[in-house]
Amino acid sequence: MLREMKAKSAQNAFKLEEEEIKRLKEISRDLRVWIIRMLAEAGSGHPGGSLSAIDILTVLYFHTLRHRPQEPQWPLRDRFILSKGHGVPALYACLAKAGYFPMEDLLTLRKVSSILQGHPVAETVPGIEASTGSLGQGLSIAQGFALASKMDGTHYRVFSMIGDGETQEGQIWETAMSAAKWQLENLIVFLDYNKGQIDGPVKEIMDLEPLASKWTSFNWDVQEIDGHDIAQILNAIDRTRGIPGKPHLIIAHTIKGKGVSFMEHKIEWHGKAPTKEERDAAIREIEDTPI
Amino acid sequence: MAHKATRSSFGEAIVKLGEKDPQIVVLDADLGKSTMTGDFAKKFPERYFEFGIAEQNMISTASGLALAGKIPFATSFACFLVGRYENIRMSVAYSRANVKLVGTHAGVGIGEDGYSQMGTEDIALLRSLPDFVILQPADDRETQAAVQWASLYKGPVYLRFTRQKVHDVHDDHYQFKFGKGDILKSASSKDGHKAKVAIFTTGGVVYNSLKAAEELDKEGIDSSVINIHTIKPLDKDLVLELARAHKQIVSIEDHSIIGGLGSAIAEIVAEAGISTKLLRLGVKEFGYSGSPEDLYEKFGFSIPKIKQSILSFITTESK
Ligand SMILES: Cc1ncc(C[n+]2csc(CCOP(=O)(O)OP(=O)(O)O)c2C)c(N)n1
Repeated sequence: MLREMKAKSAQNAFKLEEEEIKRLKEISRDLRVWIIRMLAEAGSGHPGGSLSAIDILTVLYFHTLRHRPQEPQWPLRDRFILSKGHGVPALYACLAKAGYFPMEDLLTLRKVSSILQGHPVAETVPGIEASTGSLGQGLSIAQGFALASKMDGTHYRVFSMIGDGETQEGQIWETAMSAAKWQLENLIVFLDYNKGQIDGPVKEIMDLEPLASKWTSFNWDVQEIDGHDIAQILNAIDRTRGIPGKPHLIIAHTIKGKGVSFMEHKIEWHGKAPTKEERDAAIREIEDTPI
Repeated sequence: MAHKATRSSFGEAIVKLGEKDPQIVVLDADLGKSTMTGDFAKKFPERYFEFGIAEQNMISTASGLALAGKIPFATSFACFLVGRYENIRMSVAYSRANVKLVGTHAGVGIGEDGYSQMGTEDIALLRSLPDFVILQPADDRETQAAVQWASLYKGPVYLRFTRQKVHDVHDDHYQFKFGKGDILKSASSKDGHKAKVAIFTTGGVVYNSLKAAEELDKEGIDSSVINIHTIKPLDKDLVLELARAHKQIVSIEDHSIIGGLGSAIAEIVAEAGISTKLLRLGVKEFGYSGSPEDLYEKFGFSIPKIKQSILSFITTESK
């Protein structure tokens, strides 16, 4: 009897998780479409690193983060700092969908007098915690939040995302040292390992490998996942709870331009907007791809 | 008469403020013994963050702490802080983060260590950032007041302190007024006649400027001396008023001649169409090693050198 009940509840949990994963996948598919729409409308911006990041951001904004879109300054909210600031279309799409500002605002991206600047700006956009866009700095800012959270005993968690190219910055490694020194177990960092940067593949420009062992040797808790697999993202975040005394790095293997076949793995889609025709083709493909 | 480095006054002030306000935290990059944050570290270890030699990490982390509600004082030598200008620009200024940057070892007055440790371009760089307050107090009392003011103000502030000891130019009754020029000496000419010269000065050279002005009195040269503790926002009204009321103006600062107080005054005066001639005294080359006194002589900041510079300026201009 007891065994039966246990099996049944495990089955239910599994079903729940299946449903939750499906819900999140639907959201990220919708947000991929918005990313393409807003970039096409803006006529410039960064599709590659937005599309590689969107599955992770979707999990954060629609599952993990404790936040109140109607009360962006709620003191106990979890924080998210997008250190790779040029990926902000993905973040704006999440914020709008979560209710921080109207979806239509997304189409004002990069236009004069829009609040949606080409890179994140603190204070002017509800939900944006810090100004970023100069690579290497956002992770330190996240560390500052994590320190304050521990000092105040508020225990909100601080999430951040850095790029793989960004990881070439010296400041990243300064923070790698200091966050471990201060044992910031409330700091959870995604490394969007999409293997591309502006001038070419990360491997050729300035290889990061062996990457996981570098961070492990800096005393971080390190996991490696497929950054487009919602279940793996959820599990990786869950797992961080059980590991005290260390900051967490989740190396997310991703595909730059993920979801739009003519953009995937293509360096040139780092920083150019789709034309109208490309936009329509991209949206068709995203919408036609089964979840 | 106290004879104290403004960095030491800062070290005392921050402990007192730390007692009152638990949100104050201090950040250090392996220079606490020189920036005088040791007492704070001892008293409030849980509010003291030692970064090691990693200034950019310190500055950006200060931003995160500030955005989370803390009042961080991030400390190092002035030159090493603004060496990370882009972190100040992005992480602090553009996030409107309530960070207090504390740059000690201002100017050639630091002495023997030489140029690599001298903050001589810091004001020029930070002055270009929107809404960034720049304070440079001249003595112990003013430093205590300026640090307190900065801790209460919400927004980015740069505080610039000396390594070398400075003489008091204020007494017990002194009241720090943010954004206002502090008139240490007023010219005595009356009846609508223009006085001879207005001397604007700041930080470690204020005392010598004042003494030089007193020497000039003996030569019959009527002068006003204004201590500018708030370099940004500068007291525009006072600068214009005095530029109109004097025949000449002089700026004196232990900082590059480009981009500092002298430049700020020139901008204001020229934009107002005032033709009063300006002499800027400041640092015109790389600093170098020597005793602070020898360097002040070499760089023209000793009392006799200041007097001499002003005298020859006035005579050339009167011809
Ligand atoms: C300090 C700094 N240097 C250069 C740039 C210009 N830049 C913008 S994006 C980028 C490449 C980033 O690559 P990566 O971190 O891998 O991001 P992703 O591939 O995820 O877009 C560069 C060099 C910058 N924003 N900041």
